[in-house]
Amino acid sequence: MKVAASMNRIDVNEVSKPEPDPVLVVERVSMKFNLGEQSVTAVDDVSFSVRPGEVFTVIGPSGCGKSTLFNIIGGLLGHYEGEVRIDGSKIAGSHESIGMVFQEESTFPWRNVIDNVAFPLELKGMGKSERLDRARHFIDMVGLSGFERHMPAQLSGGMRQRVAIARTLAYEPRILLMDEPFAALDEQTKLLLGEKVMEIQQRLKQTTLLITHNLSEAVQLSDRILIMTYRPGRVKRILDIKLDRPRTADVVGSEAFGRYVAEIWADLREEATRGMSDAESARR
Amino acid sequence: MASLLRSDRFLPAATGIASLAAAVAIVELLLRAEILNPHIMPYPSDVFAAIPRIIREEAVFQRFLVTAGETLASLVLIVAIGVPLGVLLQRNPLVRKATESWFSALAAAPIVLAYPLFLVLFGRNASAIVALAVIGSIPPVVLKTVDGLAATRKVLINVGRAYSMTRRQIFWRIMVPSAIPSIFVGIRLGLIFALVKIVGVEFLINFGGLGQLINELAERYDLAGTYAAIIFVIAVSMLAFTLTEWIEKWLTQR
Repeated sequence: MKVAASMNRIDVNEVSKPEPDPVLVVERVSMKFNLGEQSVTAVDDVSFSVRPGEVFTVIGPSGCGKSTLFNIIGGLLGHYEGEVRIDGSKIAGSHESIGMVFQEESTFPWRNVIDNVAFPLELKGMGKSERLDRARHFIDMVGLSGFERHMPAQLSGGMRQRVAIARTLAYEPRILLMDEPFAALDEQTKLLLGEKVMEIQQRLKQTTLLITHNLSEAVQLSDRILIMTYRPGRVKRILDIKLDRPRTADVVGSEAFGRYVAEIWADLREEATRGMSDAESARR
Repeated sequence: MASLLRSDRFLPAATGIASLAAAVAIVELLLRAEILNPHIMPYPSDVFAAIPRIIREEAVFQRFLVTAGETLASLVLIVAIGVPLGVLLQRNPLVRKATESWFSALAAAPIVLAYPLFLVLFGRNASAIVALAVIGSIPPVVLKTVDGLAATRKVLINVGRAYSMTRRQIFWRIMVPSAIPSIFVGIRLGLIFALVKIVGVEFLINFGGLGQLINELAERYDLAGTYAAIIFVIAVSMLAFTLTEWIEKWLTQR
């Protein structure tokens, strides 16, 4: 395949070699769940590393263990095999270097926008005026100035997700860990919000680990994409996305974008088909 | 005026008052036309006319204060006992499974009929009335506190875990605020239970506030006065409801 040859493939075996100063290293992580007498391997021997300032995306079909991986890295799931390291140190449980953005709506409905964003700063014991100033800075960054006193119920889904992103950024994590953050949004909002996140990521040089099943979203946002197999979730391959930065939502119209999407789909198709057959046979 | 009525703030209240006035007018007309029996039901106009009389002759304000005081005391005790009990049950699944159905049963029990027992235990005074009202009104507060805490969305708890919050912090700063709307539904239900019991026991033991007045006026067959006194019971209920609304607003918008 000519297109594939022009893109820089990285061999899976190469991944276990340490990248120059990676911020996050996931090494040989496996996770099994016991469902009654059966044991299901959700994630099997997954290794990768994330370099400072890059957007690294994990993509895979539903049921490939992406969210399990998200929960393991974020410290919400324990009892896994392998290691997660930040700056060379093994971590267990949640870590202040990681800020998580969830797929589901996660703003606190009883707090207005500014108090939602200031929440992690409150936990850090920061004084009121300082934390409100800082919260305003991040609210402005996600384009929600003027909505500081609004309650989440008064905002659209996309705006609420921006509040959640601003809240996580206000925590100033080294790694922004996002699990399908735009999954609940419509296609246009998804593209525009993606553009916004890219703009912020470039401005802050924010190391970002994105979990998604959406091909366009992955190509639009990423520097590298890890493709996972369907159950058990293993690394199929890691692909470099060499699209110019800064990227806007218009990148989706480019020829190169289409080629990347087609290439990832070629890899994912087989996995997604397996996932679909599994889901169908479970219904029989 | 038209723009005032159109505004979101005043329109619901104005519609409510207009509906009430219309219902009262319809009852008045049905009584005047003798479709309803005026010997059993007083004319609404007579009820309103009786209000100045019962204020003047029956010390209704003083009785209002007695009933309102008992209601507020019950409210404080219901919250002080019911919410911590709900928290305890939510945090101990075994205790919850063991006792939840008891609380549901207690909510349905006609506990007001046990008033002689409370008279023996507390004497014929306000504390007997408050004790009976509290015991009979705690179940909805306990059950709605358990429901509210248990219904905290998992993702909100995960947000707390992601910020390395302790279990105690997650409980107080995420689960409790998330449960407040449900807890206040329980408190308002408890309030309704309590007020019904308070007025009922005052009526039964002929003691204290508005319940006693209603009893006396009914025995004198002063129908207009009886209904006028019931309007003051509604006023107690509105006062306590408004108070809970203010507290809820203060807690949620702090």
